[in-house]
Amino acid sequence: MTASPMTSQKPADLVVIGAGPAGLAAAALAAGHGIRTLLLDEQPAPGGQIYRGVTRTPIGDPRVLGPDYRRGQDLVAAFESSGAKRVVGASVWSLTRDAEAGLEIGYSVAGAGTLIQAPRVILATGAMERPFPIPGWTLPGVMGAGAAQTLLKTSALVPDGPLVLAGTGPLLWLLAVQYVRAGVSIGAILDTTPRANWRAALPHMAGFVRSSYAIKGLKQLREARSKVRVISQVTGLRALGSDRIEAVAFRRGDGAEERMPAATLLLHQGVIPNPNLASAAGCAQDWNPDQLCWMPRTDVWNASTVDGVWIAGDGAGIGGAIAAEHQGRLAAVAALSAMGVLDGAGQDREAAPIRKALAGATRGRRFLDALYRPADQFRVPEDDTLVCRCEEVTAGQLREAVRLGCTGPNQTKTFLRCGMGPCQGRLCGTTVTELIAAERRVPASEVGHYRLRPPIKPITLAELAAVSKDDIPAVAAER
Amino acid sequence: MFHRLPVPDGETVSFTIDGTPAEARVGDTVAAALLVNGVPHCRTTPVSGSPRGPYCMMGVCFDCLVTIDGVGNRQACQERVAPGMRVATQMGSRELDR
Ligand code: FES
Repeated sequence: MTASPMTSQKPADLVVIGAGPAGLAAAALAAGHGIRTLLLDEQPAPGGQIYRGVTRTPIGDPRVLGPDYRRGQDLVAAFESSGAKRVVGASVWSLTRDAEAGLEIGYSVAGAGTLIQAPRVILATGAMERPFPIPGWTLPGVMGAGAAQTLLKTSALVPDGPLVLAGTGPLLWLLAVQYVRAGVSIGAILDTTPRANWRAALPHMAGFVRSSYAIKGLKQLREARSKVRVISQVTGLRALGSDRIEAVAFRRGDGAEERMPAATLLLHQGVIPNPNLASAAGCAQDWNPDQLCWMPRTDVWNASTVDGVWIAGDGAGIGGAIAAEHQGRLAAVAALSAMGVLDGAGQDREAAPIRKALAGATRGRRFLDALYRPADQFRVPEDDTLVCRCEEVTAGQLREAVRLGCTGPNQTKTFLRCGMGPCQGRLCGTTVTELIAAERRVPASEVGHYRLRPPIKPITLAELAAVSKDDIPAVAAER
Repeated sequence: MFHRLPVPDGETVSFTIDGTPAEARVGDTVAAALLVNGVPHCRTTPVSGSPRGPYCMMGVCFDCLVTIDGVGNRQACQERVAPGMRVATQMGSRELDR
């Protein structure tokens, strides 16, 4: 490893970032066509968040995590036999397009930085849990349900009681079922799904009943409801405690406040695209009023607005794990065509079955989006609730800033340092956009989003100084 | 806090939390290792000094920052625990780079 100016090298013709379903499928397809393909992933083992730890989970009983989880094993196997290379533990901190050098990716493995040129890039960086700002959500013991599921998949860890799950969306019910099957006792599920959502979802019912979610989802709901106390129409949720959570307060609809003890509160209200790299690379984003989040703008081939960059999977808009796979393949086909490996007719021929499968996989999604649309009060919280966890900025302070003339997320940084902490506004970004839009009474699209700047991960000067121009370290060894 | 389901024997690793010996399972993240050892917090915030623990477990929130082998502000959910690792919580310190 030589300390050197940032010269970079070109280890592959296609670089895929992220080893979830979209990334694994994209890399396998491209490498299968003989393209030199490199997959960069942050985790030590493939699978992304949805199939996290799928090759090495310590959980022996396959019933606990369910058959859908095992689908990830097939994806990993197909990837591993494809000839694609991968670098594990690679934390990507920049993606930039330079007029001369083209696309350049900066990443670190174990504290050593590397800069590579990438003629073409597929971003498959997935989703994150939607922020769930309630009073007390920063107390230790309050976590995302997805976070708790990661602990279950990778380390077989489950919370001691008393345990409360709260929120809405398929993942919340899936986790409840997984806990029930693992013998974990759940004090209660506080269901925050507004009753009015059913009315909004009804017109999309036909698509849903023909989808793969229908039977599976209903079965899960039934199993959870038969074993766990479920309280519906929950509003006014608060986490109480001083140094850590001790209790949960809530109301049923307009009812009086009730309390129950909690050592762990797991929150969930859906997932949103992780804006990280797409935003830092300068890909245009649009507000999606149905999914209530920013989405990178992509065309029918999943191409972003930055030349040579495709975005596939939940990072391009929430469609779930199966849709992500197909999108990954579609993006790979488009990249192959851009490289001249496929001609126009070949591109369409390869894409046809993928498009058909993708249409099947996205059926029912509109129903889910409508049914599990999080309530306004849990997206745009009251004044006393922290919005920016890093800089501890409350909704009230943000509203005050808007009254003083702050018009968008990037200005909140100057007004309040909101979004200036280590997370760069990733966690609070959606909330800040919606809150400012509500306060200004304009559409979210008009308010805009945080601009993320590379490096999108804090990196040390030593890491930068160590940027290597040697061949990528240990690629062969880590495959 | 958190406990481990009965799982097929895994290799354990010994490390320390604020100088106290602790054990975890090979493959655990540092965040998981703290939680299973009954430590719910990783740090206090530089603004109000309130305690924080792992929230997202996927590298987004930065609430899990700890000092690992003398290097501050490492994301506990993104690092694996290793034999002999010295993990220190950042309680009451102002180390977090603002
Ligand atoms: S728990 Fe969120 S970054 Fe580690």
